[in-house]
Amino acid sequence: MAQLVCNNLSIGYEGVEIVSDLSFSVGSGDYLCILGENGSGKSTLMKTILGLHSPMRGSIETGEGLTQREIGYLPQQTQVQKDFPASVREIVVSGFQGRCGARPFYSKEEKRLALENMKRMGIDKLARRCYRELSGGQQQRVLLARALCATQKMLLLDEPVAGLDPKVTEEMYDLISELNKSGITIIMISHDVKAALRYADHILHIGGEIFFGTREEYLQSGLYTVKGAR
Amino acid sequence: MEAFEKLISYVQLPFVYHAIIVGVLIALCSSLLGVTLVLKRFSFIGDGLSHVAFGGVAIATVMNITNNMLVVMPVTVISAVLLLRTGKNAKIKGDAAVAMISVGALAVGYMLMKLFPASGNLTGDVCTTLFGSMSLITLSEFDMWVTVVLSVVVVLFFIFFYNKIFSVTFDEDFARATGTRAGLYNLLIAVIIAVIIVLAMNLVGSLLISALVIFPALSAMRVFKSFKSVTICSACLSVSCALIGMLTSIMFGTPTGSTIVVADIVAFAAFSLIGFIRRGFGR
Repeated sequence: MAQLVCNNLSIGYEGVEIVSDLSFSVGSGDYLCILGENGSGKSTLMKTILGLHSPMRGSIETGEGLTQREIGYLPQQTQVQKDFPASVREIVVSGFQGRCGARPFYSKEEKRLALENMKRMGIDKLARRCYRELSGGQQQRVLLARALCATQKMLLLDEPVAGLDPKVTEEMYDLISELNKSGITIIMISHDVKAALRYADHILHIGGEIFFGTREEYLQSGLYTVKGAR
Repeated sequence: MEAFEKLISYVQLPFVYHAIIVGVLIALCSSLLGVTLVLKRFSFIGDGLSHVAFGGVAIATVMNITNNMLVVMPVTVISAVLLLRTGKNAKIKGDAAVAMISVGALAVGYMLMKLFPASGNLTGDVCTTLFGSMSLITLSEFDMWVTVVLSVVVVLFFIFFYNKIFSVTFDEDFARATGTRAGLYNLLIAVIIAVIIVLAMNLVGSLLISALVIFPALSAMRVFKSFKSVTICSACLSVSCALIGMLTSIMFGTPTGSTIVVADIVAFAAFSLIGFIRRGFGR
């Protein structure tokens, strides 16, 4: 069985279905890109996978030793975070909170791993800096480092390059690609069809016509010429 | 000099001395959750709860219950939990629900106090409840001990759950997705806010509580940059302002609650200025 399997999934909120009858699976080490226009239910799908929403119908199963709680998550930035007084170190180590249970403080080992993840993202020099004073690209790296503290298996990225300039966007994509090569499964929501085709090996297209398959199948499906022309 | 001598002679009186200790403890507690309240946009809930507490006091007064904390505490805690719940299932939106509950409690409270006056001096009673006056000094021994114990509990709770409060405040979705029981901690935070408000009511009265909770946090946020330093700074700030406010009010006979809040406002202005200058030089 794959790491994540969705069977006949219907998602939505407040009783309104946005996407119906969605079936797809993600294997270990895959790089899946979820495409679709605004309002097509991409973020809702992601929140359903994370267990923040319950599915209206169908099921989501995890396998290969992955539990739902071990899925790391890079959310879109919220207004609250833009003026939150927190140091980079405080935010990164908070990625371990989920596994703390009732334990009140972080262990030495967790603090060390947090530092390691900061190094991996190239932000260890910023550890004492204030999050709200960093550039958009640096903030995304901080949140990625935090997500790495929560998981070593699967990352869900919600529009990771939104609002970044082209150069930083490129760096971000490379960084994600490296993580994927090191064995972490990536599920990324994106508008950017070109980048999706360059980096991802599987494509899920929702909204209007539903498509799930490999990159090559997507290119041949005809959906690409219709949607990608925009 | 005369005012200073008056201060020395007052502070030596045991009941004044006790009142100051209790006041400092309350100020400490109320500042701790300030950052969370401001950032989670919970500050309006704090404001609403303080009005509910006023209603609670009115009911206790009418029913002639001497230890009014026994009534006010449960009423406020239950309201806090209800407000948090309504915020989620949004039939009536959060802020509207708060406005309804708080104004309702205020109206019912005042009406009850007017209909069944407990003492001859109604205006005085209402004013005391709203603005605090010197009620700390008239605090009964029972209330004093309850306040001390609850303050210690709040401080311990905060230390123990510090990292969880941080996670839930910074990014609730992430916390929930990775297995933190965010709902539970939100509930605990709401209950603690309710407890703090009831405690703080004795110090500054129900109308001024929000100031005690929010000002130190906002001031600290102007200057400090990590969650830990902001929290520590706002706790120190709140305690010093409360101390300065109480001593000033003894020296010059000004109302205690308002004097403390004025001290908080002055501190806020000073910290804003420091923050402004620092940023100016930083660029």
